[in-house]
Amino acid sequence: MIRSNILVGLVRILRKIGHNFSDRIWRLGAGARLFGLTLAYSGESFRRFHLTIREVYFTGVMSLIIVLVSAFFVGMVLALQGYYTLQKYGSSEAIGVLVALSLLRELGPVVTALLFAGRAGTAITAEIGLMKATEQLSAMEMMAVSPIARVVAPRFWAGVIAMPILATLFSMVGILGGYLVAVPLIGVDAGAFWSQMQANVDWRFDILNGVIKSLVFGVACTMIALFEGYDAPPTAEGVSRATTRTVVTSSLAVLGLDFALTSFMISM
Amino acid sequence: MTPNTLAQNIVEINNLSFGYKGRMLHQGINMVFPRGKVVAIMGGSGSGKTTLLRLIGGQLKPSKGEARVEGQIVHQQSRDGIYKLRRKMGMLFQQGALFTDLSVYENVAFPMREHTDLPESMIHDLVLMKLNAVGLRGAHKLMPTELSGGMARRVALARAIALDPDIIMYDEPFAGLDPISMGVICDLIRTLNDALGATSIIVSHDVKETFTIADYVYFVANGVVVAEGTPEDLRKSTLPFVHQFVHGEKDGPVPFHYAAGDYAQDLLGFENARQGA
Repeated sequence: MIRSNILVGLVRILRKIGHNFSDRIWRLGAGARLFGLTLAYSGESFRRFHLTIREVYFTGVMSLIIVLVSAFFVGMVLALQGYYTLQKYGSSEAIGVLVALSLLRELGPVVTALLFAGRAGTAITAEIGLMKATEQLSAMEMMAVSPIARVVAPRFWAGVIAMPILATLFSMVGILGGYLVAVPLIGVDAGAFWSQMQANVDWRFDILNGVIKSLVFGVACTMIALFEGYDAPPTAEGVSRATTRTVVTSSLAVLGLDFALTSFMISM
Repeated sequence: MTPNTLAQNIVEINNLSFGYKGRMLHQGINMVFPRGKVVAIMGGSGSGKTTLLRLIGGQLKPSKGEARVEGQIVHQQSRDGIYKLRRKMGMLFQQGALFTDLSVYENVAFPMREHTDLPESMIHDLVLMKLNAVGLRGAHKLMPTELSGGMARRVALARAIALDPDIIMYDEPFAGLDPISMGVICDLIRTLNDALGATSIIVSHDVKETFTIADYVYFVANGVVVAEGTPEDLRKSTLPFVHQFVHGEKDGPVPFHYAAGDYAQDLLGFENARQGA
């Protein structure tokens, strides 16, 4: 009797694992399908480019404050921490390079993407989820207007356009924060700060690779947010869960992709 | 289908079955919707009335049978074909489904902007005419959040008739409205149908309002059409289901209780389980 109970329990656990696994695969496929459809309908949505511009405002411009303030503090902390280590080796003038490279290669794209997922990604998921729950997407379909062309694609391209710009601004403001701590506060020579940075930051390997990273993060974060909203069960609980999943999945995707991209870029 | 029936019926549902997740919602439904008429589909909540509208609109595919619009089988159309058919349809959703980020004016202008190249001045005039028809010309600057439930539904109705559709579908147009708004919507459905020369399909469970305006009524229960006829015929019907529904009786062929086990057993079961534990 006890043995058969254990067996039944085991089968139930196995079934649950299998179900979760196949559900994940199904969602991955559905996400890929939505991505394909978004690309296919992009032409149609570019004809109404004002919609994309409007979304750039909502996802990009509205994220500026959180991105720039965070960048300023990240830059300042980087300079403080960097100086603490560099001065042990007598190379505190290299603080400018350290701040710039950390921001351009890593922190700019990654932290911007994490902030973007929290600020704009959740907004996209909740908006589309609620549009679905209130039958707005159905209404659009019944009016012979594709919701993917009208709602999904403009938000996708807005995210892809906004992310590299936000990441670049993040790095710029971060460097400014680092400068304010290193030069006026700590007293590092301003000439050394800027000239070492200029000499050691490479256009292609540092700046361009950072932009490429942020472009990839832009595609991933926006697509995850859109899919979670589009796939959300049309209930209050469904939308709230989808919003949480957007942050969790986007953050993990950004960190995972960052590792993959960095190893690829370093090996080149 | 002969050309004669095509001329008569703008929408036909032939032997249609539909199910999902292993449960059959409709089993061999037949309905016709003659041109120019107001036809109602009635039945209890969860009897698949709204699903029928979605099958006509091509948002769902039937498991068997077909829905035809203007003689064309809906589920066999390509995406472009379905979109072409939908341009001849207007649909009023239960909660209005207005776009919350657009004003009342922009909501009504939406289908015109998407499907026509009309100049702005003409869109302006058309939008105000449609809003005037539902009595809300003065509300064109408001946002959907500023409207009452009845007003939102009237705006949605103006949007549904924006492109002068041949078929107007109403999903529970009376649900959740106060008696005055209900009367207004009721009148509008009939007036707009006759003024536009359209055909209206109403899905509803409000007997009084629906019977006032419908030319013909189908009753759906357990996935099949259980009764049909003019409102006068159905009022006199002796069929137990129709009688219970039309007169709003609590018990009848549709039981008050959801299927359950023995009442005493359910109550005692908890006590026994506790003692056992």
